[in-house]
Formats: sequence, structure tokens, C-alpha cells
Amino acid sequence: MSTTSTTTAEIVARCQALFDDLHFTYAREWKAAVPGRIVVGYMPFYVPRELIHAAGGLPLGVLGGGDQLEVIQGDAYYQSYICRIPRSTIELGLTNRLDFVDVMLFPSICDVIRNLSGMWKIMFPKVKSRYFDVPQNYCDDVGGEFYIHELNELRDLLAEASGRPVSDDALRASIALYNENRALVREVYAFRARQPWQAPSAEVYLLMRAGLIVAVEEHNRMLREYLTAAAAEQRPRRDNSRVVVTGAFCEQPPLNLIKSIELAGCYIVDDDFMLVNRWERSDIPLEGDPITNLAAAYLHNSNHTSAKYEPDPEKKGLYLVEAVKRSRAEGVIFASPSFCDPALLERPMLQRVLAAHDIPFIAFKYAENSGQMQPIREQAGTFADSIKLWSNP
Amino acid sequence: MTNRDAPQVIKDSSMLKQKEMIAGNYAKLEAAPATGQKVVSTFVPGNLNELIMCFDMLNNLPEINALQNGMRKRTGAYIMEAEKRGHSEDVCTYVKADLGMIAKGNLGPDGQKLPDPDLLLLSYTGCFTFMKWFELLRDHYKCETAMLHVPYQGDGKITPNMIAYVVKQLKEEVIPKLEKISGVKFDIDRLREYLARSARAEEDLVWVLETAKSKPSPIDAYFGGVYYIGPIFTAFRGTEDAVEYYRLLRTEITERLARGQGPVTPTGELTEERYRLVVEGPPNWTSFRDFWKMFYEEGAVVVASTYSKVGGLYDLGFRHDPARPLESLAEYCLGCYTNRNLPSRIDLIERYMHEYQADGLVINSIKSCNSFSAGQLLVLREIERRTGKPGAFIESDLVDPRYFSPANIKNRLESYFQMIDQRRAGSRAARAA
Ligand code: SF4
Ligand code: SF4
Repeated sequence: MSTTSTTTAEIVARCQALFDDLHFTYAREWKAAVPGRIVVGYMPFYVPRELIHAAGGLPLGVLGGGDQLEVIQGDAYYQSYICRIPRSTIELGLTNRLDFVDVMLFPSICDVIRNLSGMWKIMFPKVKSRYFDVPQNYCDDVGGEFYIHELNELRDLLAEASGRPVSDDALRASIALYNENRALVREVYAFRARQPWQAPSAEVYLLMRAGLIVAVEEHNRMLREYLTAAAAEQRPRRDNSRVVVTGAFCEQPPLNLIKSIELAGCYIVDDDFMLVNRWERSDIPLEGDPITNLAAAYLHNSNHTSAKYEPDPEKKGLYLVEAVKRSRAEGVIFASPSFCDPALLERPMLQRVLAAHDIPFIAFKYAENSGQMQPIREQAGTFADSIKLWSNP
Repeated sequence: MTNRDAPQVIKDSSMLKQKEMIAGNYAKLEAAPATGQKVVSTFVPGNLNELIMCFDMLNNLPEINALQNGMRKRTGAYIMEAEKRGHSEDVCTYVKADLGMIAKGNLGPDGQKLPDPDLLLLSYTGCFTFMKWFELLRDHYKCETAMLHVPYQGDGKITPNMIAYVVKQLKEEVIPKLEKISGVKFDIDRLREYLARSARAEEDLVWVLETAKSKPSPIDAYFGGVYYIGPIFTAFRGTEDAVEYYRLLRTEITERLARGQGPVTPTGELTEERYRLVVEGPPNWTSFRDFWKMFYEEGAVVVASTYSKVGGLYDLGFRHDPARPLESLAEYCLGCYTNRNLPSRIDLIERYMHEYQADGLVINSIKSCNSFSAGQLLVLREIERRTGKPGAFIESDLVDPRYFSPANIKNRLESYFQMIDQRRAGSRAARAA
């Protein structure tokens, strides 16, 4: 039930507290509240959270340590030319911040996270760790069949961890909840694209990040409350340019970076932060076999990102053009983690497509613990100004 | 100095044979626009050479072009060219060496123009970068692409589901595209014939690599090993040429073994084996000879390496099997070294350390290559812990000369060899006490 009296400030404060808490108190308390509950950690970019929920588990997004965690031990596991997220994730593990996590999932996004799945098996042998593979072939009888097997193996693993089977009915109920969640997330994104001054990106970011921490039922409430509160409050409208941010689908930018982009004169009207929140583009059907439905949704109705193969060369990169059109953006900011092969190798292809559609762009790199925002603010500011110049010749 | 001048190094028939084979393949590739022979570009790990041959197509391997150009010191300029064109300084330099080469006229290692591929066969095995690399090439060539997704052995094993998935893709995606482009109908018996040849060559290769268990080792399984794996990892697996190459090589090594000889190095035979090492990670190609010298000058012999398993791991028993042609191709792709999870990689190295009676492990960590490099510091710790033997960690790059620092690497290796000496002295003293 939504309480109309909740303000955006209150909701955002709650999200901020969740975001800041690198001991994951919420998840610890959630687990302790009912015997038999499990917590399943997962890394970007996607896992079928419905299965975890149906197994009586809390899916917990593990997105590294951000700029608040001092990485001491994690650095000893990685060379200087590897991105930050694996080292801060190891730090979280070695400092016992994740000691309540029963299962860790490592999706098939890149070689760093892939290899981290094996490191986790060695370093944290009590945790059930699994590399979660997704198909790069999108035919139902080829990639689909493979994926159904993978999903069933994950279902068995979760059942073993929670000590109870995952029934089809429970899975359907979970799919329904996540359908609702994704619909609300899409609504928040659409709301921000319509009135970005009413839903600052740092707020939307924190709200989405909360979705990787709290139970889906609670997140659904939060999203509803936010939509109501954000629509009710009048906030000053700035003459900002409208941009899509892309490339930040794994290691997260510091919150300050998101704020800096807006402060520099760019409203972020779409992004690829935490794609798991809106991976499927429309509802997953509830009728029929739920595992088959999850598989079909991945194959035919999911978002695009660098980790996913695009079989049709004509369509390569068009998702970004569509995002620009859908959100009525005027430009694109490529913000990618340093040393991120998937984001940085994809970038020239996307830039070619944008150039072909006359969409301006800029690019920079960041690390989750970047402190210096001045150069980024300057670059984004110049970009915002040049967009205005182009649009008002 | 532990080397005796031995001019037979350049006279080895196997070496000459390999040189001829490589030159022949480049000649065929360069003649393809004139002969009309169709060209497939594909990757080394999980390459389907036998299948490609079934369609009378030529196999062009961008990684090998980058490697060969690296050895000829051309990649520095190619990489800079790619960076100038907007490719990040942070990404894999094999990709940039290839894209830079294309941008500068697509001249192959022998200076002749390489043909545009008719098909990009994306054998997506053991490395995520492959997918982006071929998407970038597709963007450039606008040619047909076939994707073969090879699942990763996340739990350290190959499941029936993985094999079925790869076989289905071969049947429904890869073979139809090869048929369409070549105009040749698939003949499974032809494939069986090639696979039988592959197995014969594989048998001889394993025999050769395992001679390094002898003391002294008659081979260097890394610096020499990269030559030994050349034919089988590239455009020759399944050919009579490859069978003959490995037969010749086996005969040569049999003789060296019988004579109690050490490995051949660029300056002759290594006569005193002082350190037996296992090496993890690819070598640096732009300063390959200098890098090798840092080892053989100290009497260090690599007795086993993981890089020599990157295009196929045969010493655990896998052979291409003509009785199960497609399934065996699938198992081959699934079994390549970097498609194995980290615990399996560590187990393999540990096994090498024991079976090859190694004094230590050297990791050459490659800046470019997350597939190999992410997690190597844990590999080092684990191996040191499990074997009690010291490890060394050095950093370089495959083909970017900016990341090969000879003085640093040499210093690091020299202190490492001293450390091994001290450990030996320590254990001798402990035994005597
Ligand atoms: S930031 Fe990029 S390279 Fe690093 S783990 Fe994530 S996807 Fe992989
Ligand atoms: S990342 Fe490593 S395995 Fe992949 S293409 Fe580059 S060098 Fe090869």
C-alpha cells in the first residue's frame, strides 16, 4: 500500500542508507528473521532473480565497494591493469562483509568476472559459487534448450541451498512480482525521461540500487511511493541538455560522478546502470512452463548490452539510437570503467552508429573510487553547451 | 655460459617443414582473390580446422597474424594506428594489432596483402574479447559471420548439455553457413578422415611435450613449445603435413633424448639444465628472443607451460575422435585451457609441477589478456602453498612493445633464480643436519 505522505527526500534517504551500508545489514536481518532463508549474491549484468525469490532467497546485487571501501587485501589479487570491481568484491569477501551469503552467482559478462567465479570457489569454499552462463545463440531449440538446462541446474542448486524444492507455482508467483517490479522501473525511467528535473539521476540511481538490496515486494512499494512523491513535488527546471549514459553496466561510477554530470548541465534521461532491473523489456508470461518462459524472455525479449552477441549486423548498436529517440536525448555520454574490455571494445562500434545518426557523443573513463570530478564536470559541461549550440544554430 | 654452438638448430627438418607449411598457407591466402578459394577467419582456441577443410576453404587466423607481426616488430605501429582511430589504450592489443594492420593496408606478415574473409567464424571459446573482436571485423568487412558459442567450464567439467549445445550449433549454424559460402556439401566421412589425422598428430605432440619429464629435458616446452604447437593450433590440424611434421619432430626429439641432450636455443644447445620451470601465460612476441635469452642464459628450461595448451589440451587424454566427429569437435572446443575454470587451471599447473619435477612456477602476466591474467596472483599463491616451491610474477604484453621492460624482467628473473638456489641450499643443509 502506498503512503502518499512519504516524500522523495525520505525515500532517497532510505535508499542512500542502504547504499552506504557495506555490511549489508538489511540482508543480514532479512535472513535472520525467518529460519531457512538464504541470500544469493550476484554480480552484473543479469541473473534470473525470479528463481532465487522462488527458492525463498533474497537476491543481493554485489556491485563492488564503490568509493567508500578502502581496498587493502583485494589489491593483492589483481594487477594494476585490471578494473576495480573484482578487487573490491574480494575485499568485501575477505573482510567478512559477505559472510552471510549462501550462494554467489557470477554471470557471463567478461573474463574478469568469469575468473572471479573460480577464485571465489577457492577463497570461500563454504559458499556455493556458480558461473552462470547465458546463451549467445537465440534459437529456441539451440540456445533456448541449453539455457533451460542451465536454469534447471540453477534451480537445483538453489533448492539444495534452501533445503526445499522450487515449485512451478512459486516461480510463477515470483515472475509476477518481478514483472510488476520491471513495469514500475520502466515507469520511473519514463517519468524521468519526461520530466528529468522532477527525478534527478542520483535519486533514480539510488532508488534502482535499492532494488538490488531489498526484497522485491519492498522495492515495488518504494518505486510506487517514489513515483507518487516525485510527481507531487515541484522542483526547479534547468535548461539542461538531455543525455543517455552508456558503458556503466558493470563496475559502477561513483555517485558523485552521476551528480557531476547533472551539475554540469546534462539531464541523464536513460542509462545502462544495473540492467538487471529492466532486463526483460515486457512482462514474462505467467501461463505455461515458467522455466521455458524465463528462457524465451532472455532470448527474445531482453535488453542489449556488450556482453550479448548481436547476430544481425544491421542492428548492431541500434539499441542505443532507440534509447536516444525513446528518451528524446540530444547526446550520449560513454562512461566506462577503466580496463573494461566489454565496454571499451563496444564503444567504437556504438560511436560509428551514433555518428551515422548524427547523434553527438563524448567519452570518458572512471573507476568506482574515482575522486576527481572536475575534469568530468568540465567535459560534460562543454558537451552540454555544444549540444545547445548545435540545436540552436 | 651453458650453450654450445649448434648450427643444427636451423637444420632441423621439422623446423624447415613448418616454415614451408606456414609460408604455403600465407601464399594460398594471398592468392585467394585470384584462385577464388574462399577464406574463413577464425580464432586459435576452439578452431575448427578439420571442418573448414571439409569445405575446401582456407583458414586465416588473426591472432597468428598479430603474433607473427609482433615477432617482426610491426605491431607497435599497428596498435598506435588503432588507438588513433578511437580504440582504447586499455583493451587487448591483439585486437588493436589486427585492426591497425587492416587500417594500414592489411599486409600479412610476409608483406603481401591478405584477402578479405568470406566468413568470420567466431569460435567463442575461452575469451570474451573474441566476440567484440569479430563484431569489429564484421563492421569492417560486412561479411557473413557464424557464431559458435562454447560454454565455459564454470564448475570444472564438461556436461552433456554443453556438448549437445555446441553440436547443435555446428549442425544448425556453422555447417550450413560453411556450405552456403563454399558451395560444397558437407561430407562427414571427409571430416572423419581429417580427425583421424589430427589424432595421430596429437599423439606425437603429447609424446614430444612429455619428454620434458626427463632430466635433462630435451625440449623447452614454452619457448620451443610455441613452435611445436604451431601446426596443430592453426591451419594444419587434420592435414598430412601436420602428421608428417609431428612425426619428424618426434624422431628428432627421440634422438635428442637418447643422446641426453638439452633443448635447442637460438644460440645452440643448452648443455646445463640448472632450473626446471613451469610457465603460465603467453609469451611476449615483440621481444621473444630477448625474453627467451633471459632464461637459457641462466640455464633455465621450461618443462611445461599452459600456453602450449591454449589451442587444445591433449595431455590429459583428449584426442579428436573420428567415431564421434561433431561431439569430439565440441569436446575439443570445451576443453581448451582458458575455457577451464581457475581451480582446474591451478590443478593442472600443480600436476605439472610434480610430474615434471619443476623447481618453480613463472607467471608471465599479459596486460592485454584478462582471460589469462585475471586471477593469476591467486594462481601463484595457490601453487606456492600447495607445492612449497617459489613462484615468480612478471608482467609484459603480447604484442605491445611499450609493455616489455627488459631490465625489470631480467632483474626479476635473476633474483628468482637466486631464490631457487637459496632454497636448494637451505634444503641441502636441512638434509645434512
Ligand atoms: S568492469 Fe568490465 S572488465 Fe571489469 S568486471 Fe565488469 S565487465 Fe568485466
Ligand atoms: S584477451 Fe587474451 S585470449 Fe582474448 S583475444 Fe586478447 S590475447 Fe587473445
